Amino acid sequence: MNIYIDNKKYEIKEGKNLLEACLQLGLNLPYFCWHPALGSVGACRQCAIKLYKDEDDTKGRLVMGCMEPVRDNVRISLEDPDAKGFREQVIGWLMTNHPHDCAVCDEGGACHLQDMTVMTGHTYRDYRFSKRTYNNQDLGPFLNHEMNRCIQCYRCVRYYKDYAGGKDLDVFAAHNHVYFGRCGNGKLESEFSGNLAEVCPTGVFTDKTLQSHYTRKWDLTYAPSICQGCSLGCNTSAGERYGTLRQIANRYNGDVNGYFLCDRGRYGYEFVNSHQRIYEPAVRPHSNGAVKKEQVVEVVAEKLKKGRVIGIGSPRASLESNFALKQLVGAEHFYIGMSDADHDHTALALKILKEGPARTPSLHEMEHADAVLILGEDLTNTAPLMALAVRQAVRQQPMHETEQTLHLAPWQDAPMREAIQDKKGPLFILHTFPTKLDELATAIHRGAPDNLARIAFALAAKLGADVAPVDDLHDEEKTLVAQMADALLAAKNPLIISGYGSGWDHFMKAAANISWALQQQGRAPMLSFTLPECNSLGLEMLGGHRLDSAIDLMEKGGADTVVVLENDLYRRADEHVIDALFANAKEVILIDHLYNQTAEKATVLLPAGTFAEADGTIVNNEGRAQRFFQVFVPKGSVQESWRWLLQIAEKAQVPRLSSLQNLDDIVWAMCVAVPFFEKVQQIAPHADFRINGQKIPRESHRYSGRTATLANENVSEPKPADDIDTPLSFTMEGFRGEPPAPLIPYFWSPGWNSVQAVNKYQTEIGGHLHGGDPGLRLLEPHLNGRPHYFREAPDRYIPMPGHVHIMPVYSIFGSEELSMHTKGIAQSAQDFFCIYMNPEDMHQWSISPGIWVSFDVDHHSYQMVAVPNHWLPRGIAALNAGLPKSKIIDLPQCVKLSGAEALHATR
Amino acid sequence: MERPLTQHITFPPLGLRQYEAIGGYQAARKAIKHMQPAEVTALVKDSGMKGRGGAGFSTGMKWSFVPMNVPGPKYLICNADEMEPGTFKDRWLLEGNPHQLIEGMIVAAYAIQATESFVFLRWAYKTAAQEIRKAIQEAYDAGYLGRNILGTGYSLEMHLHTGVGRYMCGEETALLNSLEGKRATPRSKPPFPQVSGLFGKPTIVNNVETLSYIPHIVNKGADWFQKLSLTADGGTKIYGVSGRVKNPGAWELPMGITLRELLEEHAGGMQDGYSFKGVLPGGASTDFLVEEHMDVKLDFAGVAAAGSRLGTGTMIVLDDKTCPVGFVHNLEHFFAQESCGFCTPCREGLPWTEKLLWAIEQGNGRMKDIEILASQTKLLGPGNTFCALAPGAMEPLQSALKYFREDFERHIIEEGCPYNHHHHLHSTSHEHLHR
Amino acid sequence: MLSTAEKEQIEHEIGMVPVKKAACIEALKIVQHHRRWVSDEGIQDVAGILDMSPEEVDSVATFYNLIFRQPVGRHIILLCDSISCYVMGLNDLHEELVSLLGIQYGQTTDDGRFTLLPNPCLGTCDHAPALMVDNDLYRDLRPEAIADILEKYL
Ligand SMILES: Cc1cc2nc3c(=O)[nH]c(=O)nc-3n(C[C@H](O)[C@H](O)[C@H](O)COP(=O)(O)O)c2cc1C
Ligand code: SF4
Ligand code: FES
Repeated sequence: MNIYIDNKKYEIKEGKNLLEACLQLGLNLPYFCWHPALGSVGACRQCAIKLYKDEDDTKGRLVMGCMEPVRDNVRISLEDPDAKGFREQVIGWLMTNHPHDCAVCDEGGACHLQDMTVMTGHTYRDYRFSKRTYNNQDLGPFLNHEMNRCIQCYRCVRYYKDYAGGKDLDVFAAHNHVYFGRCGNGKLESEFSGNLAEVCPTGVFTDKTLQSHYTRKWDLTYAPSICQGCSLGCNTSAGERYGTLRQIANRYNGDVNGYFLCDRGRYGYEFVNSHQRIYEPAVRPHSNGAVKKEQVVEVVAEKLKKGRVIGIGSPRASLESNFALKQLVGAEHFYIGMSDADHDHTALALKILKEGPARTPSLHEMEHADAVLILGEDLTNTAPLMALAVRQAVRQQPMHETEQTLHLAPWQDAPMREAIQDKKGPLFILHTFPTKLDELATAIHRGAPDNLARIAFALAAKLGADVAPVDDLHDEEKTLVAQMADALLAAKNPLIISGYGSGWDHFMKAAANISWALQQQGRAPMLSFTLPECNSLGLEMLGGHRLDSAIDLMEKGGADTVVVLENDLYRRADEHVIDALFANAKEVILIDHLYNQTAEKATVLLPAGTFAEADGTIVNNEGRAQRFFQVFVPKGSVQESWRWLLQIAEKAQVPRLSSLQNLDDIVWAMCVAVPFFEKVQQIAPHADFRINGQKIPRESHRYSGRTATLANENVSEPKPADDIDTPLSFTMEGFRGEPPAPLIPYFWSPGWNSVQAVNKYQTEIGGHLHGGDPGLRLLEPHLNGRPHYFREAPDRYIPMPGHVHIMPVYSIFGSEELSMHTKGIAQSAQDFFCIYMNPEDMHQWSISPGIWVSFDVDHHSYQMVAVPNHWLPRGIAALNAGLPKSKIIDLPQCVKLSGAEALHATR
Repeated sequence: MERPLTQHITFPPLGLRQYEAIGGYQAARKAIKHMQPAEVTALVKDSGMKGRGGAGFSTGMKWSFVPMNVPGPKYLICNADEMEPGTFKDRWLLEGNPHQLIEGMIVAAYAIQATESFVFLRWAYKTAAQEIRKAIQEAYDAGYLGRNILGTGYSLEMHLHTGVGRYMCGEETALLNSLEGKRATPRSKPPFPQVSGLFGKPTIVNNVETLSYIPHIVNKGADWFQKLSLTADGGTKIYGVSGRVKNPGAWELPMGITLRELLEEHAGGMQDGYSFKGVLPGGASTDFLVEEHMDVKLDFAGVAAAGSRLGTGTMIVLDDKTCPVGFVHNLEHFFAQESCGFCTPCREGLPWTEKLLWAIEQGNGRMKDIEILASQTKLLGPGNTFCALAPGAMEPLQSALKYFREDFERHIIEEGCPYNHHHHLHSTSHEHLHR
Repeated sequence: MLSTAEKEQIEHEIGMVPVKKAACIEALKIVQHHRRWVSDEGIQDVAGILDMSPEEVDSVATFYNLIFRQPVGRHIILLCDSISCYVMGLNDLHEELVSLLGIQYGQTTDDGRFTLLPNPCLGTCDHAPALMVDNDLYRDLRPEAIADILEKYL
């Protein structure tokens, strides 16, 4: 379509509003209440423009750009004096109550309100009366609240309630007393609350963790990074100053996380600054063993040369590091450092996605699903952003209807919501426990995992999958199966979700069957699996032996030396098993960043860089390989794990790794050795990439005090660190334009100092970044392939007397190892460890609530406090997975309660 | 002179039997039993009836926008929130003849095939609430409401909703939000309520006076309605006058009588010792008319031509002893308080305007303040704000600046109010009994 | 805790509307009818019965002028402070009320008898100035009449 802006002709796609069109064309039109992910409501009146009837209309009328659709040949003006004057006055009005406290405001310098104020040219204040003031609230560990700065754009509540489904933030009172907050002090309940800091255009909601070590945002050194919090691989911008990581902000990726992060991802970065960091190598038992970097490399190389070495990789280490270890010890001695259950789930997911005919979608694609089935997952806790995507997906079907009947565009947010009311597209959830998404569901079904999986198998059969019939369903279950089948068949892009969440692989098999059957029925299904960790899938793709075979091998005395990569093995298997493994090893060489239980057993410790101090590639649950870049030069002897391994290989003269020096080298070597990874070479420009002969600076040109910061030590400015691995520089010097998408450290554009600058980097608003979103998919399905269905449904679950089947319960705050080093996250986690049981089981076995029960796992006895949970079916128990105090790791497990049988018998 | 709307007003009002005795519910019978819905709409359209709620939009036209073949319920709502300062006409109809309104609602509901209807009544109208509740019950008992009305198969439920106080509730889309139990903030149009209104369903909102007229139009026809008026806008209109006149009150008069006739003949002229300075012709959100406008014909077009709006047709007279600055300050205080707080210009602009007026009134004004006020009246004009509240608020101010500019200047030059009043209104708005 | 009567009335209102939330204002009115004002606890209770969060309910409650979120006296005086009453002598009425009651707008007398509130236009402008005490409307008022009116409310 053609549109005319100030008499200049532009071309633009249909379906947008005029504000979006202007921004997309690179024009500066200020706005507040509109947000690309939230649509328009027309509240702030900041985006006023002139709209003309036709070429002859010279007067025109003022309209809000965000509220008017793009129409062919429409004529508008941004420069019209009335429009400009009005826009300036909107700021004037807002400033009647805004406190002008930029100098002490956390948002200062990265504030959308500041930018818009400058943009409109509002400089002098005519208002001379008092300003209204508010009391602030304590919103918990993640967000500050400073209501006096509020400009009432309503974005916070629209994001929090409408978009993210939060309940405990709202707008109170009326006229110029409107107040945005909670009923009283208290932590915001939403797992996505942190986004408020970016959604709010000024300093009302700001990042409390940043404030605890505050630095102006322009003084941070940034690098493009990938969240390590779960398997989804959300893109982040990580910012450092003075050697500490200070902030994680969203980094827009149109395919993956869009505009938002979850609170684990945003705040779980404090481990980088933890007191438990390992900064120097150590060799035991010699003294307390500080050694120099060069020495330790030699020591390790000597040990390796003796042979009888195995390596244990890690799902939280990069592909490069895992690859380097695998090469160092040799493929036949490389073990996957996952718990058996995690390994099974990940391997199964890979097999299904690699060999089966269903496509696994990006998060963005999931938002557009028109029917969703969730099997055995509590997404908010296992894959948080996926839960947010499902929230958007359930609006698709009613929105499409409304688009047709009322001719509304999706960005017309308020009328759309009004027309839709509480209509939702189909969403079915089969899970043992209640989940936060239940409130959106068309139907939910609870029960023992096996029985739920049977329903899912029956559904697959109903959809035509070649599987063994499940013929003993109850009527209610049959009705549900029919209802689900109808809904999925009626959809064009149904989404089937399953994963590691309840520890039952039958769910994943059923999900595969269902998707494949739908594929054969001519639908375009999406099949998505949640996976345990940020690089679980990458590690599985690389391949290696199971951890339990390492344990067996060591028990048999099959090796002397164990090299452990970025892994606390005590989180991978039960304590006594790992104790035994280490007891059987003569040498334990650990490369990791935090001092943990495994580190206590290590004979050699090598300090590894965290994601913020290293470059590397990880593969998310979609099979998307993504690069994270080093943010800053670490303290002490810290370096990338793969660099340690290369140095060791060099000394140990391992031919497979000889003469590899930097990131590009090792990526190349990996792609040669494992052709499956070929695309990994292309996910980001190589180290020699330059624009106009320049590198991409990690620091903004506004970075302050570089020459002064070290003046107390040395007045001559030290040479900045080189980055031999990437095209990024550690300084503020370099190319000032727009870098290629994978290399964007932070979003900035002249006049746009806040995160909203991202508009300038997109091919269309809310669409892809220029040149394509970062990351490359390594998995594409054989869409026409013949599925090999998983034929056997599990048997109906029949509790065994005196036994319970323990399933894991994951939690966004608590289950993940590294994020627990952030105080606020630890505070939000469950603070005691217990076993949840069915109340009737407890009654039958005379276990009163709060009492210790004991049971054996592998001949080791465990005691735990029993807590009743009425969602648990009989014979099923549950543990909070991953909590630091957890001793039982390998879940699910069937255990016999000691004494229970006797108790049972006496009844 | 015919006074169809008010001739049967009594206190207490006619009960159902009495109402039927004077021909009541004939229109409902006629419409439901003998007319197609579209015919009713066409009739009302032909009559040229313009809505009496303030905006003056063609009633029949509004009804005709309702899509007839969509699934699910449709709604008819009577806007009885009457909270526009200086307006007291609907109260008269509500307290004096509720059956007439209910009958009008039944006909209107039938025309759009609504199955649910509401009277949205403001809290303060206690007597009206009682009378309407009673009348609705009577209408149910007599089979004019409920299932299968008059054996025709047409069904209509009617509910009384009393508000909890907000001027915004009178704005038709905010009213819908309020009826949905939400904050009374307005909605964007399009989509119009006719298409997506209450609970996202097609909805018509009409004023009490508009709906009360419907039975008469159905009974007597479009021509009759046209002829009642002295001008092109059909019908009679309830006009009211308050302020320092001898005989404040409300009268049903032919559309198009002159301002002079209204003020002098019906309102009895100014009280002794007071002289006329200006008048807001249709409630607080209309522009002043002054002496020179005495012969303006009071219909939608006539008042518009004089630079104001007929609005609700209830006039507030400004006399020579009342300070125009204080007068306008009182209005702006009201509007600032009643702003819903949704859009920036209204939420922030109105309190600023109020504060400026207060400063001037207190003798703390500056000449530049007048400029700022003038620019606010333009910036808060129609189309610039989300709903019509703020533009309405600017109408009395902009015309006061035009007609009474000298008064503003004298306040500033003399550093005080020449009218030497004392005032109780505080410029800081307080949030009574809220957190 | 809501009383049985409150619960029943609220349930009745819920039955009248297509979605529970739509009964929010009615529910607040009911609670206020029984208790004269809506406490934080009242907000929680209403939220509970309507499947809403307390924030959602309070968002509505605080928007409206006549839902009282602080304790009020036994009788509410709503003094019309809009334009016709202003022209016709509102100030004198206000002064009289303030001096008789010893309270300002928004306040409650020490004996808990009266709360004084300004109220936008009572819609009786031809009989200005006017005020309401509870459900009773008083019109064409002179300051001298106020004392007698107050007498009636104990
Ligand atoms: C702020 C505001 C307050 C309003 N208050 C009322 C009111 O109290 N009563 C009314 O009938 N219309 C009121 N209106 C007008 C309504 O929005 C709507 O136009 C009217 O109810 C339509 O009825 P009609 O077509 O019968 O005139 C108000 C409009 C605005 C902008
Ligand atoms: S601060 Fe919030 S409440 Fe205020 S304007 Fe911003 S997002 Fe909205
Ligand atoms: S951005 Fe358009 S009105 Fe707020």
